[in-house]
Amino acid sequence: MTATSSVPDLITPTWEYAPAPEARDVVTIRPSHGLFIGGEFVDPADGGSFATISPSTEEHLAEVALAGPRDVDRAVAAARKAFTGWSKLSGTERGKYLYRIARLLQERAREFAVLETLDNGKPIRETRDVDIPTAAAFFFYHAGWADKLDWAGLGPNPRSLGVAGQIIPWNFPLLMLSWKVAPALACGNTVVLKPAETTPLTALLFAEVCQQADLPPGVVSIITGAGETGAALTAHDDLDKIAFTGSTAVGKSIQRQVAGSGRRVTLELGGKAANIVFDDAPIDQAIEGIIDGIFFNQGHVCCAGSRLLVQENVHDLVVDRLKQRLGTLRLGDPLDKNTDVGAVNSAAQLERITALTDTGEAEGATRWELDCPLPERGFWFRPTVFTDVGQSSRIAQEEIFGPVLSVLSFRTPDEAVAKANNTPYGLSAGVWTEKGSRILWMADHLRAGVVWANTFNRFDPTSPFGGYKESGFGREGGRHGLAAYLEPAEVDA
Amino acid sequence: MRPPTDRLADALHRALLPLLESELPLLESDMTSLVLPGEADLSEVTASGSALRRFLHGLPGVDQVGVEKRAATLATRSIKRASKVQALELAIGMVDLTTLEGADTPGRVRSLCAKARIPAPGYPDVPSVAAVCVYPDMVATAVDALSGTGIHVASVATAFPSGRAHLDIKLADTRNAVADGADEIDMVIDRGAFLAGRYGQVLDEIVAVKNACGDAHLKVILETGELATYDNVRRASWLALAGGADFIKTSTGKVSPASTLPVTLVMLEAVRDHAALTGEIRGVKSAGGIRTTKDAIRYLVLVNEVAGAAWLHPDRFRFGASSLLNDLLMQWHKQATGRYWTSNRVTID
Repeated sequence: MTATSSVPDLITPTWEYAPAPEARDVVTIRPSHGLFIGGEFVDPADGGSFATISPSTEEHLAEVALAGPRDVDRAVAAARKAFTGWSKLSGTERGKYLYRIARLLQERAREFAVLETLDNGKPIRETRDVDIPTAAAFFFYHAGWADKLDWAGLGPNPRSLGVAGQIIPWNFPLLMLSWKVAPALACGNTVVLKPAETTPLTALLFAEVCQQADLPPGVVSIITGAGETGAALTAHDDLDKIAFTGSTAVGKSIQRQVAGSGRRVTLELGGKAANIVFDDAPIDQAIEGIIDGIFFNQGHVCCAGSRLLVQENVHDLVVDRLKQRLGTLRLGDPLDKNTDVGAVNSAAQLERITALTDTGEAEGATRWELDCPLPERGFWFRPTVFTDVGQSSRIAQEEIFGPVLSVLSFRTPDEAVAKANNTPYGLSAGVWTEKGSRILWMADHLRAGVVWANTFNRFDPTSPFGGYKESGFGREGGRHGLAAYLEPAEVDA
Repeated sequence: MRPPTDRLADALHRALLPLLESELPLLESDMTSLVLPGEADLSEVTASGSALRRFLHGLPGVDQVGVEKRAATLATRSIKRASKVQALELAIGMVDLTTLEGADTPGRVRSLCAKARIPAPGYPDVPSVAAVCVYPDMVATAVDALSGTGIHVASVATAFPSGRAHLDIKLADTRNAVADGADEIDMVIDRGAFLAGRYGQVLDEIVAVKNACGDAHLKVILETGELATYDNVRRASWLALAGGADFIKTSTGKVSPASTLPVTLVMLEAVRDHAALTGEIRGVKSAGGIRTTKDAIRYLVLVNEVAGAAWLHPDRFRFGASSLLNDLLMQWHKQATGRYWTSNRVTID
């Protein structure tokens, strides 16, 4: 229409969205938290505690009990005691408890979402729309398996393993809890779970849900602490199974620790996933997928698409479009419902991201970052894109675990596969092309536990998740995930 | 001289290049200050049927799952307080207040025009709507009722809604509406020809109608509910833009589904990319099925975040709707006074 339109003048140079914060008072944070052992909250034997803060404001949220070896003992003993009853319970009955937990997670979803956002720094949009609903979905899914374990692929009457020690990371606190606890319980095991020291609060709220669901005491115990607590747990003699999600370095030390003990282990470790964009990709959606791949959850995702491999003939196009689209990302208050990018989880992680990105520049890559103001307090890092990245560069090889994308190019499908697989990791990969046959060929050749086609970072309880190479072993989710918590009937434990 | 196919590929590539800066000028009179990657015109892609087909089928595909997810994510934006008032006033000014019924009478059209001029008597902050949209035989009545108001009179034409008539009839339909004073024409494309792959025919019709429009602005209705796939929506969008559409419009409102968020998203991408390619800013009109303020605000969020803030203007984005206006007014009143109007306070026109 013409500029001389007589329509009343409504010219709007910008349309700023007013702040739309989620109400914080839906959750009450107790000033101090005990350990959840044997169905109740107890004080730690040695009386220690540590603080957990909100990474977006550095506000002190609560004091959390520090579990020492004696607390680990108590928790494992409670789990051992509970195991007999729990494993003998019929699958139908176990399923009822899991359904109850799943429903309670849904009913209290807002509370969990706000608490997770406060403690982790991730946007409320993600906790509300991804973390909490997916966590509930994992409980629903595994509740359904509890009375159908004969079809888990291990023959009739598979047996539970016993007591599982589980250690989870800070990037998806409640979701990782659900990946660990739901299959373990469905298969008749009892668990001692240690959440990460920077994000313990939703696990402790989950402990309240266990009480609310009348879960028998000791079936789930939650002990809080940092690396030493974790090491005390994995070193405990009376565990039958260790499940760990976290860094490759810690995973390796756990593996060394349990060598020869006969204890079962699954490890879900780091990644340096390739997100591969061919020239016939649906470009607009590929841009979204690149953003979901590396800027979702501030890049704190083990399967993040941190290496963008673009076919060289569309390299400039994709990079230009990506930058333009990144310009619309909204970084800031994680409790604001319109925030796309939240805070980095901790000062230590921010330091690591900063150090690695500085290396990227020093090694000759070209740095671009989102031009946006950062909040004064808290731990923040601007979404960053590196171009002119060599395959040998540290930012192309090492896991940064932050909102940092390294862009590399390739010429042919063979080269794409070779470059994608040229990493010590092998957790995930993405393929963007409208050509179905190429998707299948790529999926066959990529050494990665998950290959997403024309999408990225999608999680579903029915789909097994896990790694190749230094990304770990064992699968979580789907029928395959059950095998991590069961053994065939004829084998004596 | 490089072969035409190369230049086509270049044109396409440029079409995909983003605008160099995200800030677009707000008025077309400022267009000269735009830094553009290229000032291609689409004449070479429309030079022959085969060139046109190569161009349309060379556009990048649209992944259904991805585009629907993006639209759903943007629909979670939470628009509150001042930004909501701004959105409401913007949306009211973007409405093409529409009546397209067999039972339309001059009385009905006059009543609608009165509403269009002053949607909320006693509240001067509430703007007029952008246009009143009627069948061609009601244009004279609407023009008369709206004279001196600056509100546009839009007329559907070209054997709306099916478009199944001979070209001469479609052109006569258009000319009559223009002669009666319509300054906006909403034409329908020949979906049959499009689905049969006769893109040249679709284009020729658009060009012919555009010529018949004279100075009247042309909105080209794609009827996306009949095109079915997002790839088709993208191709039809470019086809219409190449044919000279001032606006591309989703639907007639007579076919279900009418406008949807993901379809509008794909069309907004087309006008955004077209602007980057040619320097010309064209508009999008979403029509049919948009009844609530909540829906309207979701569309505005799409416009803002997909095409850019420059499209937040009645000359760049429209809602084709009838019942939407009343809901916008109720919500506006709530924001302005803190109280909801009862439905009895909102007029039935």
